Amino acid sequence: MSLAKKYSKEVKQILSKYPAEHKRSAVMPLLYLAQREEGYINKEAMQEIGKLLDITETEVASIVGFYTLYHDKKEGKYRMQVCTDLPCALRGADQFMESLCEHLGIKVGETTADGLITLESVTCLAGCDKAPMFQLQSPDGLEYHENMTVDKTMELIEALKKSGTEVK
Amino acid sequence: MASVILRHREIPDINKLNIYKKNGGFVAFKNAVTKMQPSEVTDVVKNSGLRGRGGAGFPTGVKWSFIDNKNWPHYVVANADESEPGTFKDREIMESNPFQFLEGVALASYAVGANAAYVYLRGEFWQVAAFLDEKIAEMEAAGYLGENLFGTEYSLKIYTHLGAGAYICGEETAMLESIEGKRGQPRIRPPFPAVYGLYGKPTVVNNVETLTNLPLIIQNGADWYKSLGTPDSAGVKIFSLSGRVRKPGNYELPFGTTFRQLIYEHGGGILDGHPVKAIMPAGASSSFILVDDKVLNTPMDYASVRTLGADLGSASVIVIDDTVSIDWVINKTIHFFKHESCGKCTPCREGTYWMMHLIDRIHKNGHSKADVDLLLNVARQMQNKCLCPLGEFSTMAVVTGIERFSQDFKVVSRNS
Ligand SMILES: Cc1cc2nc3c(=O)[nH]c(=O)nc-3n(C[C@H](O)[C@H](O)[C@H](O)COP(=O)(O)O)c2cc1C
Ligand code: SF4
Ligand code: FES
Repeated sequence: MSLAKKYSKEVKQILSKYPAEHKRSAVMPLLYLAQREEGYINKEAMQEIGKLLDITETEVASIVGFYTLYHDKKEGKYRMQVCTDLPCALRGADQFMESLCEHLGIKVGETTADGLITLESVTCLAGCDKAPMFQLQSPDGLEYHENMTVDKTMELIEALKKSGTEVK
Repeated sequence: MASVILRHREIPDINKLNIYKKNGGFVAFKNAVTKMQPSEVTDVVKNSGLRGRGGAGFPTGVKWSFIDNKNWPHYVVANADESEPGTFKDREIMESNPFQFLEGVALASYAVGANAAYVYLRGEFWQVAAFLDEKIAEMEAAGYLGENLFGTEYSLKIYTHLGAGAYICGEETAMLESIEGKRGQPRIRPPFPAVYGLYGKPTVVNNVETLTNLPLIIQNGADWYKSLGTPDSAGVKIFSLSGRVRKPGNYELPFGTTFRQLIYEHGGGILDGHPVKAIMPAGASSSFILVDDKVLNTPMDYASVRTLGADLGSASVIVIDDTVSIDWVINKTIHFFKHESCGKCTPCREGTYWMMHLIDRIHKNGHSKADVDLLLNVARQMQNKCLCPLGEFSTMAVVTGIERFSQDFKVVSRNS
């Protein structure tokens, strides 16, 4: 599906942020737009973005590869990215993560059998005073969940299962 | 004392345009644009003693005066990448006092003659960026951004730009590459951004907290600001306090506040009443300070912290108590830097890889002296050889951890 067609308003608005002779700058916001579809960026989208900005598909792919929030393959519908960096770990983030793994029956980096949650361990998210914390990345965006407990997290996952769709 | 930056703590609705205006909002910007020359704005900021809050502590007005006036257009970039482990102040500013930050961006832009400014936010701040976009639109509608501001020749647009998960993009030249739509890898400096910045044009990059100081400095004057801090470090600073304290959080305090006051008066002391063992005053990039009474009584300003063998940096104070072993801490910092090394230069790419390999082996096999010595050696070898400061940052905790906390690296037998 063509981004330029489906999101013509958004594409125009993104391009208007940068000088016309530097439209390559639009690659990052356009990649986010492409990722909205399925939670990852497919080859056609990379081709289209390359064409739109006069850069090669390889250049677009190298941007996707460099930044950790872009994905080029399908994973769980929600990526639960738990911060286990130093300040959070000083407040129990490692134990929180271990316990989540037990409850979900998966290891870090794996996806639950129903394809709902991929559990990931990430570095500091600028919420160190509210550990344990994680961000939930979905096709629609990102949401912070702070001062969490395992119980609260499992409740959240149940709610996601039921709603099956958007993060509230 | 009334807050200078975290004013939403006293004025909760200051994120609404009319409330911000009622509390003196945009007076400074309007005065600057209608009554002051750009160079006069720069002079006030120079005289205020304001230093960059992003880590390096470089005098802000002096940085602005380096901008190349023979090459146009100029740009301002607000550094909202906030990715140093232990730093969470810029997020609170943008979420709760957004107009003061944006007015700061506008003042900096006017001072250096920029008609376009970009706010570069880390990708995780997706919601913050959407919120700022709304606030920017409100400012445009109210005539504080756009063409011919206040009936003058001056025009300004502010745009947000989202990163996508890369600590290195907080480094100013990597950030410029990233805005240009490239991989966020640092440029060789010089030339500095003031000469060769965004799209090769003169550019000023400033941290969010630095910029948020500007409206009140222009409004109340340089002397007022200077009167708040110490001779070496003017004004107030937000200390992001984290780790083993009872009340972690952001505390806006004058420079010169002691570590003891921060940790015990504001932070409520240490969990379960344990003693403080070590402090990392500038996040994961810090040297370790071995804590004793003298350290706790040390005023937190740039010069005094340096006498303790560390830098204050962005003042992301990570507190470590005696339940924590320093080898565990450097395991965390090494993995962080290994993950975040951009791979452009060999000493950092290979060095962080080897440090990770060694610390993993040390944890698996017990602390063999040979491995600890080798780790220290690798870290020392990296120093002064890396293209950007990230490589250097990755060695700080390793070297000072092993040197200052040798008891935590004592040989343990393999099977213990
Ligand atoms: C690896 C690395 C990461 C950095 N991360 C940040 C950051 O997240 N936020 C920031 O403001 N400055 C960061 N800096 C510092 C910037 O390069 C730059 O000095 C700063 O934005 C200048 O603004 P200031 O003068 O207002 O402090 C980082 C520097 C390095 C080397
Ligand atoms: S020091 Fe590290 S982060 Fe900096 S340019 Fe070299 S590889 Fe990249
Ligand atoms: S260390 Fe987890 S948010 Fe900062």
